[in-house]
Amino acid sequence: LSPTIGCSEIELLEADTFDLYCFQSLTGTKFFVVCEPGTQHMEALLKVVYELYTDYVLKNPFYEMKMPIRCELFDINLAQAVQKDRVALLGQ
Amino acid sequence: MPPAAPRSGDAIFASVERVNAELFTLTYGAIVRQLLTDLEEVEEVNKQLDQMGYNIGIRLIDEFLAKSNVSRCVDFKETAEMIAKVGFKMFLGVTASVMNWDADGTCCSIVLEDNPLVDFVELPDTCQGLYYCNILSGVIRGALEMVSGNEDGSHLDS
Repeated sequence: LSPTIGCSEIELLEADTFDLYCFQSLTGTKFFVVCEPGTQHMEALLKVVYELYTDYVLKNPFYEMKMPIRCELFDINLAQAVQKDRVALLGQ
Repeated sequence: MPPAAPRSGDAIFASVERVNAELFTLTYGAIVRQLLTDLEEVEEVNKQLDQMGYNIGIRLIDEFLAKSNVSRCVDFKETAEMIAKVGFKMFLGVTASVMNWDADGTCCSIVLEDNPLVDFVELPDTCQGLYYCNILSGVIRGALEMVSGNEDGSHLDS
């Protein structure tokens, strides 16, 4: 499976101990999720993360573009989104 | 998982939180007035408005992409229509028209019939040459630069 070189908008890398999902926006920003092999609905999670990014990172006027993200609200909401996902998966 | 279908400007506009239009108009007016006071030169104000717009545009584009689910436009004509019909609708609640295409299809005008930025605004003679809505020009320039890289913005007539 080819990895990130020539990555189009959605990409998946399946390894023995993990799956790596990638989402690339049309602006070239890439989002990665590393998860247990076989985890479902990661594309949907990536979309949620993208929306959290457009809200809590990009709309923060004190965030400088292309710098590392140190936005507390982003971290909090991201953790909540992942937690919600985890709970949903465990519930099956 | 099949990609989600693109959403219309109307649908997105209806789904986001909105603010009082008059507050918006007043806020923008306050910005322009302050810039005129601080910078005095109309050309400088135009430049500053464009720069402010640019800084907004580079951030706004991802919001646009995330909410609208559009895929990459095939040519500039499609891009212009996207800006006019989806972009302006989504963020300003108004639809714009695309016209005055040049022969190569590389240059056009995007015209706003109804522009919330200029409600109640009359430019005095002392502000000749002021592009009151130049922030919009900057927004488009910034947004397009993030998805392509090679756009030349131009002013918008208020």
